[in-house]
Amino acid sequence: MSTPKVVSGTDHLGELRSDPIELMRRVRAECGDVGAFDLAGRTVVLLTGASASEFFFRAPDEDLDQAGAYPFMTPIFGKGVVFDASPERRREALRNQALRGDMMRGHAQTIADEVGRMVAAWGDEGEIDLLGWFAELTIYTSSACLIGTKFRNQLDRRFAGLYHELERGTDALAFVDPYAPIESFRRRDAARAGLVELVEGIMAGREAGPPAAREDRDLLDVLMSLGTFSADEITGMFISMMFAGHHTSSGTAAWTLIELLRNPGYLDQVTAELDDLYAGGAEISFQALREIPLLESAVKEALRLHPPLILLLRAATRDLEVLDYEIPAGALVGASPAISNRIPEDFPDPGAFVPQRYGEPRQEDLVNRWTWIPFGAGRHRCVGANFALIQLKAIFSVLLRDWTFELAQPPGTYRNDHSKMVVQLAQPCAVRYRRRTS
Amino acid sequence: MRIETDLDLCQGHAMCQLEAPEIFVVPRNGPVEITTDELAEADRARVEAAVRYCPTQALRLID
Repeated sequence: MSTPKVVSGTDHLGELRSDPIELMRRVRAECGDVGAFDLAGRTVVLLTGASASEFFFRAPDEDLDQAGAYPFMTPIFGKGVVFDASPERRREALRNQALRGDMMRGHAQTIADEVGRMVAAWGDEGEIDLLGWFAELTIYTSSACLIGTKFRNQLDRRFAGLYHELERGTDALAFVDPYAPIESFRRRDAARAGLVELVEGIMAGREAGPPAAREDRDLLDVLMSLGTFSADEITGMFISMMFAGHHTSSGTAAWTLIELLRNPGYLDQVTAELDDLYAGGAEISFQALREIPLLESAVKEALRLHPPLILLLRAATRDLEVLDYEIPAGALVGASPAISNRIPEDFPDPGAFVPQRYGEPRQEDLVNRWTWIPFGAGRHRCVGANFALIQLKAIFSVLLRDWTFELAQPPGTYRNDHSKMVVQLAQPCAVRYRRRTS
Repeated sequence: MRIETDLDLCQGHAMCQLEAPEIFVVPRNGPVEITTDELAEADRARVEAAVRYCPTQALRLID
C-alpha cells in the first residue's frame, strides 16, 4: 500500500481559487485515479474514474463524513442556528414532503406559472442577462415549491440579489478561515443580515394581520405558529432548504439554453419535439413528468459538460484504503464531476455537445453510473435530481413554445466563473429573445 | 412477471406510486414496498412506466 502522490505545484489553494478544474485535471494526469493536493496544510485525496468514484459514493457516512467538509457553508446557513435534526434527517424530511412524487404535478404547474410571470415583463424582442434572469426565476420557483406560493408572493428581486451575494461568498479561502477579512465574505455576511431583515418584515406583516386560514398556511406560517424560532433561525432554514437547488438549477437552465443555441440543428429538433407534444393539448403539469427525450438529452449533456458542482467533498473519519492507496484519517476526500464527466474512455469526444450519447443503445449516463455524476451517485445521489429535471422540462416547455432565442455574443465567450466554490456563469452572458409568431 | 427492487438505491420519491398505486406503496419514512408477488399481464404497461420513471433506477421488471 502506498500514499497517494501529490500533484505538482506549490500553491494549490491559490489554484483552487482561480482555476480549480485545471488543478484537478492535472491531479488525474499526473497521479491517475487516486491523487492528492494540499489545501492549507490539509491533504485532499482526489478520486476520479469509475473504480475510485465508486468507492467514494458507496462509502458509508461512518467512513466518509459530509459534516465539516464544506466550511464555507457555515456562515451562510448561520452559525449556531439550532436545527432539530441532522442535515441527513432534514434532507430526508424534504424528500418525504416537498419532493415526493405526488407533489410534482403541482410543482410543474407552479414553475410554468413562474416562467409566465417573468416573461410577462418582456416586449416582442429584447435581451436578457442569463445569470441574473435564471437566478431570479429559480428563487421564485424554489421558494414557491419548497416554502409555499404565499411566501413567494411576498418576495421581489431584492431577495434574489441578496441570495446571489451569499453564493458569491463561497471563496475557498474558507478552508483557512471562513471569517477572513475579505470583500466577498463581508458582502456575504451583509447579505445574510439583509435576508433576515426581509423575512423579519414578512413575519411582522403576518403577525399584524388576521391568522391564516388552515388551507392557506405555508411553511412560514407553520414555523411561526410553533413560536420557538427567531427570524434569524427561520431565514437560516430557508437558505439551507433552497441552497442545493438554486444555483445548480439556474446554471443548468442557462447552460442548456447556451448549448442549444450553439447547436441550432439540435435546437430545431427539440423545438419540433415540444411543438408535437403540446399540439395535442397536453398540460405542462402532465408532460413535464413524462419523457421528453430530445430535450432531456440536451439537459443531460449540459450537466455533463458544465456540472454545477465540480468538487464533492467528505472527511475521512478513519484510515481507509482505496485501490491500494492509503487515505489517512482526517484527510479530505473528493470526487470530481467536472473531471469524471469528461473521461474520454467513457464519453467519446468528451468536450463536444453530443446529446445523441443518451439515446439507445449508447445510454452513456446509465452505462457509466460512477463517472456520469453531475448529481453524484449511490445513496447520497442528489435527492432533488428528479425535481430538477421536471423543473427544466417545465421551463423549456414554456420558453421554447412562445419564444425564439439567439446568442448575443460570440459562442465561445460563454464561460463559468470558478473563483468561488459555488460555480456561476461569468458575465457578460447575454442572449436575445423574440416572440414566436407562428 | 415480477418486480425486483434495489433498496440501496430507493430514495422514496414515490414516482412509481403515481403510476400504479395498488402495486407500489412508498411510506413516508422508508423505501418502496411491493404489494404483490405475481403481476397480471394487464399491469405490464403501468409497471413498465413505473420502472422507467423511477428517478434512481431502483426498479426492474423480471419476466
